[in-house]
Amino acid sequence: MKLIKLMFKNAFRHKLRSFLTIAGIAIAVIAFDILRTVVNAWDAGIEATAANRLITRQAVSFIFPLPYSYRDRIKNIEGVEQVTFATWFGGVYKDKSNFFGRLAVEAETAFDIYSEYVVPPDQLEAFKRERNSCVVGSDLVKLYGFKLGDIVRLEGDIYPGTWDFVVKGIYTPNIKNGDATQMFFHWEYVDERMKKESPFRAGEVGWYIVRIAEPNRSGDISAKIDDLFKNSSAETKTESERAFAQGFMSSVSSILTAMNVLSWVIIGIIMLVLANTMIMASRERTKEYAVMKVLGFAGKHLSWLIIGESMVIAFTGGVVGILLSFPIVQGIGEAIPKNIFPVFNLEYHILVYAFVAALLVGLISSVFPIIKALRTPIVEGFRHIG
Amino acid sequence: METLIHVNAVSKMYKRDKFEIPVLNDLTLQVPEGKFLALMGPSGSGKTTLLNLIAGIDRPTKGSISVKGTEITSLSETALAKWRANSVGFVFQFYNLIPVLTAFENVELPLILTPLSKAERKQHVETALQIVGLGDRMDHYPKQLSGGQEQRVAIARAIVTDPILIVADEPTGDLDKHSAEEILTLLERLNKEFKKTIVMVTHDPHAAAKADEVLHLEKGELA
Repeated sequence: MKLIKLMFKNAFRHKLRSFLTIAGIAIAVIAFDILRTVVNAWDAGIEATAANRLITRQAVSFIFPLPYSYRDRIKNIEGVEQVTFATWFGGVYKDKSNFFGRLAVEAETAFDIYSEYVVPPDQLEAFKRERNSCVVGSDLVKLYGFKLGDIVRLEGDIYPGTWDFVVKGIYTPNIKNGDATQMFFHWEYVDERMKKESPFRAGEVGWYIVRIAEPNRSGDISAKIDDLFKNSSAETKTESERAFAQGFMSSVSSILTAMNVLSWVIIGIIMLVLANTMIMASRERTKEYAVMKVLGFAGKHLSWLIIGESMVIAFTGGVVGILLSFPIVQGIGEAIPKNIFPVFNLEYHILVYAFVAALLVGLISSVFPIIKALRTPIVEGFRHIG
Repeated sequence: METLIHVNAVSKMYKRDKFEIPVLNDLTLQVPEGKFLALMGPSGSGKTTLLNLIAGIDRPTKGSISVKGTEITSLSETALAKWRANSVGFVFQFYNLIPVLTAFENVELPLILTPLSKAERKQHVETALQIVGLGDRMDHYPKQLSGGQEQRVAIARAIVTDPILIVADEPTGDLDKHSAEEILTLLERLNKEFKKTIVMVTHDPHAAAKADEVLHLEKGELA
């Protein structure tokens, strides 16, 4: 028999108590994993941004449009490689609950700048050729069963009327956290109809996407773009794509912060639970520790014994929690519509955090029982009634 | 016979809150090697305290104790723990076996600290359990044994490291007459056959009668 066997035997001496503590740790790890995955899912859009892309929007608010005429003026600024634009279309597909991003884009340039959205070349050519065509994300294909040649009918709200688009392409993101739940179609198609039905709204775009050659010059080029339109009727605000995405998320940032804090609070609570278990176990064994000291076991032996016992419980709880997190997070991911959280994956780093946190809980929980065991004189230990 | 234990002018005082309670007063004692010594006396006379001091599980307030030439009162805690592991076997009134370990594992416990191989440890444990007559109960847990059997496992644990000294604190105090007799016979055998020096604290005159010598303590002094 080795000391490690005694650690395991001690850890499961009170089976119900150990089981409940392990279950508590496992639940805490699962809760931690879910919360962090939700936070991650919110952050996925930010993570998917590119350093060499700038977003130019209306200075007052994102919801106000910019003139189409800005396109060439931005393109002529030194350091700008390419410019494209997009407009939030809105609309309803069959039912309001079928929410996904619908964007009117410049067909010629959109997929050059968003090169991470991969469309097969023949499909991309077909999309560029036909004005009433669209490209849909691979997740939309899974959700709604779209296939090439299908007509997707949208009921417009921002752009009133019935709009039919023919699916000519399917894009797949080639980056982690890429959003495959969007639908892109020709801005020109929308604009032509606006010219006829609401001429005062023609020639407007939502925002510009600017690709720059040197990402470290983003501040300088942003300033140049904004200076260009200073004192105009539509002043601009240009920032990195990341800053733009973060600004977009600012409305939910306090919720995300709360979720972040909550995930660590859960770990803190379970630490107290395990610490309590270890203190109880250690107190019950005061006399046994005295016997072991008498038999020649030194402080380091008792310390390892207590740490080991605590770690066995924490490790088991951590492993059980992590193993259960996979199906649970996957289940939640499948239950939540893809268009709400396009990316809902249990990331490797979250598992590492959860596991390390579980082990730290085990380690910290053993500190007080160790101090108590070492400080109790043998003679006092024998007098203890546990 | 050569003297194994030297207790030199030892005093022990316990502090309880702001009170100092003297337990042993300037006590001097020599125990020859191979002796079976019984310590008797009323409750609070200091006999268990003296036993604890001789066994190195407590330290005197004054005076010194040496066992086979080692002055244990000057050893560090770590050195004292090592000395206890190598030199002393303990038998307690309430056996103090680890409930989650089998008889074999309980007896093996002190050997974990030694450099012995698994096979060597097994041989030592089996020998010790054979000596106490429990060769057939090695896989039993303490709760599956009678009080007398538990105490025999405790004695096997005390002798498995082949210590020079065995200390026993009321080893028959929790046993029926028959089991007590078995334990006393076993201690006698360890003394006579295996030449172990034994210091035993007891209230029982019948148990004390098994010893070579009986010393009486009264208010912390030898009577």
